[in-house]
Amino acid sequence: MTIEKKNWPLWEVFIRGKQGLNHKHVGSLRASDSVMAIKNARDVYTRRAEGISIWVVPSNMISASDPCDEESLFEPSQSKVYRHPTFYDVPDGISHM
Amino acid sequence: MTTKEALYKYVLRLGDDSLILGQRLSELCGHGPILEEDIATTNISLDLIGQATLFLEYAGSLSNEFKTNDELAFLRLEKDYLNVLLVEQPNGHFGDTIMRQFLFDAFRLPLLTKLQDSKDNTLSSIAEKALKETKYHLRHSSEWVVRLGDGTEESHHKIQESLNTLYRYSHELFFVDEADVLLQQEAIIPELDDIKSQWSQTIKDVLEMATLSLPTNNWKFEGGRMGRHSEHMGYLLAEMQYMQRTYPNMEW
Repeated sequence: MTIEKKNWPLWEVFIRGKQGLNHKHVGSLRASDSVMAIKNARDVYTRRAEGISIWVVPSNMISASDPCDEESLFEPSQSKVYRHPTFYDVPDGISHM
Repeated sequence: MTTKEALYKYVLRLGDDSLILGQRLSELCGHGPILEEDIATTNISLDLIGQATLFLEYAGSLSNEFKTNDELAFLRLEKDYLNVLLVEQPNGHFGDTIMRQFLFDAFRLPLLTKLQDSKDNTLSSIAEKALKETKYHLRHSSEWVVRLGDGTEESHHKIQESLNTLYRYSHELFFVDEADVLLQQEAIIPELDDIKSQWSQTIKDVLEMATLSLPTNNWKFEGGRMGRHSEHMGYLLAEMQYMQRTYPNMEW
């Protein structure tokens, strides 16, 4: 038996910190199905009141960019500072920008 | 017996149930079957110890000697603990731990729901806080009963054995003596009829999903509510009380 077969499937966990924020990737865990994955995520990742909503996604459903493509994918944007909205004054009281 | 004396006894009994089960679950810290479950059982343990803190603090204020919750938790003799025998039973294997928890949670949920309506404000506010935690505990334990019961042949067999062994301790959850009757008459605590039928329904529904069946014998063990404990209790207390007895009055 291979190691993969002995383990429960791997799940990626996303937590929404509070209303209005995005779900953020916080880590991964093992569970036999999505119900257990959410329950485990609640216990492992929201013990200190970190969130109000949980998403779990089977890790093998995630498609990732190839690290070898790093140069062509990400370097071109580094010289384009004008894409950042840094030339505006942010009004008082606006957060999460 | 005055109302105050009856209430002291009742609050102590609820507090001891939480305390001793919390202590049992804390023994699993670092020993859970998987990391995620290790954290889950420890979370539940902390919830229960938190409930015990509230109950024992209240009990302390009702006692004639005004004891602190630490004194009540750590410095009583075995015969002065009033928890049901169910909660002091050893963790055994994971199925035993889960079944013990399930039988307890299925009782605590309807009890705390009703206790919210208590005429006693302190008791009702403790119940309200504990209920939220208990809803999750019951969800956790009943899901596992179903997974193990309706799982593999081996897991089914093991948790059926757990049920056969532990069911005889569950009757004591419905223990009633003169203190309870007095408090029921004054609408400080609920009558147990509704709670028992809700408990039985939960047990029936979950066991059905789990393809498990109740033991056919009618054995009933009790004694804890009156301070008569099983042989496991002394070992549990020895570990739990060690720090307070070795370093009297130490605080965390």
